[in-house]
Amino acid sequence: MQRTSVPPIYNVTICGGTHGNELTGVYIVREMQKQKMEKAGSVSVTTVETNPRAVAAGRRYTEMDLNRCFTDVLLSSPITESTPYEVRRAQELNAQLGPKGSAKAVDLLIDLHNTTSNMGLCFIFYSIDWITLHIYKYIENNLNSVPVRAIQLDIPSSEAYSLESVGKHGFAIEVGPQPCGVLRADIFNVVKEALDLTLQWLQKFSSGHSFEGGTVDAYTFVKSVDYPRDSAGKATAIIHQDLQDNDFKLLRSGDPIFQTFSGDILKYEGEDLYPFFVNECAYYEKKIAFHLAQKKTYSFPHISVKND
Amino acid sequence: MSNGSSNNNNTARFDAARRVAIFGGTHGNEMSGVTLVNLWMQNSAEIQRKGLEIKPFLTNPKAVEKCVRYVDTDLNRAFTQENLSATGGDELPYEVQRAQEINRMFGPKGSAEAYDVIFDLHNTTSNMGCTLILESSKDAFNLQMMNYIKKAFAPASCLVLLNEHPLLKYSTSRSVAKHPVGMEVGPQPQGVLRSNIFEAMRVILKHALDFISLFNEGMEFPPCTVEVFRVLERMDYPRDANGNIIAMVHPNLQDCDWEPLNPGDPMFQTFDGKSIHYQGSSTVYPTFINEAAYYEKQQAFVTTRRETLAASAIGKA
Repeated sequence: MQRTSVPPIYNVTICGGTHGNELTGVYIVREMQKQKMEKAGSVSVTTVETNPRAVAAGRRYTEMDLNRCFTDVLLSSPITESTPYEVRRAQELNAQLGPKGSAKAVDLLIDLHNTTSNMGLCFIFYSIDWITLHIYKYIENNLNSVPVRAIQLDIPSSEAYSLESVGKHGFAIEVGPQPCGVLRADIFNVVKEALDLTLQWLQKFSSGHSFEGGTVDAYTFVKSVDYPRDSAGKATAIIHQDLQDNDFKLLRSGDPIFQTFSGDILKYEGEDLYPFFVNECAYYEKKIAFHLAQKKTYSFPHISVKND
Repeated sequence: MSNGSSNNNNTARFDAARRVAIFGGTHGNEMSGVTLVNLWMQNSAEIQRKGLEIKPFLTNPKAVEKCVRYVDTDLNRAFTQENLSATGGDELPYEVQRAQEINRMFGPKGSAEAYDVIFDLHNTTSNMGCTLILESSKDAFNLQMMNYIKKAFAPASCLVLLNEHPLLKYSTSRSVAKHPVGMEVGPQPQGVLRSNIFEAMRVILKHALDFISLFNEGMEFPPCTVEVFRVLERMDYPRDANGNIIAMVHPNLQDCDWEPLNPGDPMFQTFDGKSIHYQGSSTVYPTFINEAAYYEKQQAFVTTRRETLAASAIGKA
């Protein structure tokens, strides 16, 4: 198999509280700051609570979803008095951790999230990046307490809207199910374990260890499905019990997806796809009942760190 | 409806319950009640019962619109005598104004004009299943209703939580009525509508309305006993000097509402992995374990003890 040498990762930034009511990241970051976790071997570690106002308010965001503010357009938009707090904050974070796309950006940015959907632990990333895939594989092989999956969003960098796109390498770790405003110990422990494994991998990589290539089955976003709505725009159905909590279980034509308040069952019609973010609370206002994905297999090479 | 007055058969007699309200959205992000009340305000066919006026009502519309628990202050703690008689009009916190309005419409609390029964629909992030909340162990009408609901819902479980604790009980929206009944179904995240939770709430409410209907038609209910969980104590998270939590509900306790917690059992886990154990002197039954809204109320869970309450026979006066 192909062997590739890859530039070193000198630093990693771990972010929490991008959505202020997704508590695992908030408390992981606080604990890492309390423990003064600043180095993992030769790799320097930084932690950032990205949306402190939303965290203090116990809300996802104060004016606008911070995790949609990192497109090139929003990062370069002029700041006026009416600019939402989160757009300003995104530009501050871009200055601190980026600029996105430049040589000064942090080497690896990991953003911690929770979902109300039954998704286990998911890596979410934009581009097929060897570092991300290797870390993913390392975690998938070593973390056994929850299902571990990869989700890929096929969006070019300029349009990439979320925080992790600021780093040279970046991914989000999304873990659920956990209600907004709740801190579950089992989920906290899983995310801590995933981060410990990530830092372990980075140390091994930095010290010259060579990692075997392989393949990853990733779920690639295809489209979203909204709730059926009446003429006033109000949802007229709930996620069907057969779909609820069955993220990543293949959905086929004829499978029930919604039940209306009057008791009718609505069925899925279309190609076989995998649902995820099923009944995510924050997506009601984004008019999303669930997303659908295809599964694709990506190969990645053996890698080791490039010695200049 | 008068308070039960015994006749020489020891049957407590109540006037027919003619005015019943169903409250949803007392907490604007507890979606089962919000959705059910909205549905029934549009089409009340499902909740109609002969001889009964049943009013579905959204108690906190501003909170519902923003999908938050409350706007200024928790409506379900706002029905104190102090708040209900406060002057200040528009200057008052939104929920205090609402409480006064609700007290005018459905009360006044403590008077003969108050609504007979109010069902207040709630969700919790705790794994409590279907829970009926009782505010008085002496309310034979409510006890008989809860007995009826439990039996009708069986084999599915519907438990009764009694909060009569002088320091821990609070002034709920439903307390405006002669017979207040809390309906709490979980686990469900705030802002989320789950079909299983929605259906369960719909069914227990149906049984409750059936009971009232049967009672009004003259059915007599013989003496019964009802198992309840009586609130004992509020347990907060361990906190540091700044009030920040320093531990989480232990994985062994998480989701174990209504299961025995014995002295020495793990209760909290610190962020660096240490266990903190329950130090009480006897076994208790915890509930409201890890309810999102209670972090700010200094509550990780409440402890309860199991009790069997006796209810006298009841019949229409």
